[in-house]
Amino acid sequence: MKILVPIKRVADPDNANKVKVSGDGTQVTSEGLEWKMNPFDEWSLEAALRLTEDGAKKTRTGEVVLVTIGPKDAAQTVRTGLSMGAERGILVEANDQELDSNMVAQILKAIVDKEKPDLVVMGKQTVDGDSNVAGTVLAELLGWPLANYAMSLATDDDGKTLTVKRELDTGVSTIKVTGPAVITTSDRILKPESVKNGVTPADFKYPEAEGGRYASLKGIMAAKKKPIDEVTAASLGATPQKTLSYLKFELPAARSGQTTFVESVEELVQKLKSDAKVL
Amino acid sequence: MATYLFETEEHKTLRAQARKFAAAEVLPHAHTWEEAGIFPRELYRTMAEAGLLGIGYPEDCGGQGGDLSHVLVAAEELVLAGKSVGTCVGLGSHGIALPPIVKFGTKAQKERYVKPVLRGELVSALGITEAGGGSDVAAVRTRAVRDGDHYVVNGSKTFITSGTRADFVTTAVRTGGEGHGGISLLVIDANTPGFRVAKKLDKMGWWASDTAELAFEDCRVPKENLIGAENAGFLMIMMNFVSERLMLAGQCVAIAELALRETIAYAREREAFGKTLNGFQVTRHKLAEMETRIAAARALTHESVTRFLAGDGDPALAAMAKNTATDMCSYVCDQAVQLHGGYGYMREYPVERLYRDARLYPLGGGTREIMNEIIAKTRRY
Repeated sequence: MKILVPIKRVADPDNANKVKVSGDGTQVTSEGLEWKMNPFDEWSLEAALRLTEDGAKKTRTGEVVLVTIGPKDAAQTVRTGLSMGAERGILVEANDQELDSNMVAQILKAIVDKEKPDLVVMGKQTVDGDSNVAGTVLAELLGWPLANYAMSLATDDDGKTLTVKRELDTGVSTIKVTGPAVITTSDRILKPESVKNGVTPADFKYPEAEGGRYASLKGIMAAKKKPIDEVTAASLGATPQKTLSYLKFELPAARSGQTTFVESVEELVQKLKSDAKVL
Repeated sequence: MATYLFETEEHKTLRAQARKFAAAEVLPHAHTWEEAGIFPRELYRTMAEAGLLGIGYPEDCGGQGGDLSHVLVAAEELVLAGKSVGTCVGLGSHGIALPPIVKFGTKAQKERYVKPVLRGELVSALGITEAGGGSDVAAVRTRAVRDGDHYVVNGSKTFITSGTRADFVTTAVRTGGEGHGGISLLVIDANTPGFRVAKKLDKMGWWASDTAELAFEDCRVPKENLIGAENAGFLMIMMNFVSERLMLAGQCVAIAELALRETIAYAREREAFGKTLNGFQVTRHKLAEMETRIAAARALTHESVTRFLAGDGDPALAAMAKNTATDMCSYVCDQAVQLHGGYGYMREYPVERLYRDARLYPLGGGTREIMNEIIAKTRRY
């Protein structure tokens, strides 16, 4: 099985340098930020790796291709994904500020047309833009089925059909999807038994984790030798048009830090109504 | 943050992985484990699963590859993000117990001892120090007498890191005459009849790391457990010392860096006389002095590690790096406590613990005075 996993680098929230808005309010500035892989993408990568390996023997049985759209130094984020176990990477050179979700989907479509993967597994959204659009638009452009918010994946005997449990506000929806398809994931995809691929023993359990797997030093060393192809949207034959522009960014008002202590639930409810005005 | 000059993109990725591991698996329990004087044994397995236990070991021994530079960087992030020095050094006791087996052991010894440790299944310890002599390695009195296919071991060891639950101990024993020419290294399984953990020792710092006194009474150890040649142990121990001292120097840099970070965060928050502590010039100058000394120790550690990796393992330079780093660390942790005021004396603040942890370093792995002796002897002043 060949899986395409789109990943994006985002500002590391643990870094001391916080996200800032430019003086004229037209953009979020990235100077001095440390980058990390969008957590949603990291979970998708974990799901894709589990689908294409024997988890017990720790051997690869399929191919995971990473793709990122961004400046040249975004290759570092791809390299991290390669360290975790993906086979190769593609960097589509672009400037973050000149992209919108639609363009991302169009560029990804061009990559899919070229790579012809069996699945695209991607984060449902990024933690910076929080749009939750690109995966859906990509499926639409490809005319492929979409299974979003996947919390578990299991391949059927034919290897092409997946049973997907989707995590929705109203409960869990179980569907069958025949590839090629686009899948977006939720964090429950990290559960020890959330991915079954017919190769990894059915009773195998992955370790409990809050993120994707660790890149071992061996993996980091091996990733140095894995290829990252650098391409442009034009070289892929794509001419994505920007349809969405941001007019203004504002930081939320600083919190006052004022603390009110209450004696009872009644008083709490009353204060939430009268002072905080949230009820 | 400050890093070593030798670091590449791989080191950066490795740092991120070690940071992620320590933040998830160590930090939430750091205070509890330090107060309890032990961390769960299962953590060795978790760390192995994360690919962090085998750093610096060749792949044919079950390791992750890499060298001392990777070991230093991963250890630094474990300290910085985990904030429990005791846990980190307990997890790392293989760093002194395994190298003699890796370098001089047989294939069977590597299969039986090195690989399971790097999978997190066995715990290892190094046993050299005895009650009657620490730095004076040539004075080892624990005796191993050959009897058929076995050595019969009698004696005792003390200050053994991870000793209370080690599954085996790489032990310095006397197989020959007096002096350094009569010492051998023997792997002794903890389940050997006559092997006993005589005592769990209470220490000033490194609380989460258990330390033991071990006793050997007519322990029959198979002759296959001899590492390398008989009576050749002293050199193996000495060769181990250079990398051990550089690891200790690296730990000092990490501990001081953590103490500095904790102190900067505290100084920005804590108010006195109407402004935050960092609003006072005296505070800012103290912080500047702390960071300057860290930078100097990091630079010398960097040089020493780089030379070591290039095949120039000058024991004098390693000793200088260790002394510079240990004294820097004691100074920085002392200043960190001072800037925290009364809170720096309270156990709930990490700097109180780091201050106690720091005191180990001018003693362990050869005292400051022994380091000076090594420098003087090497240079033939």
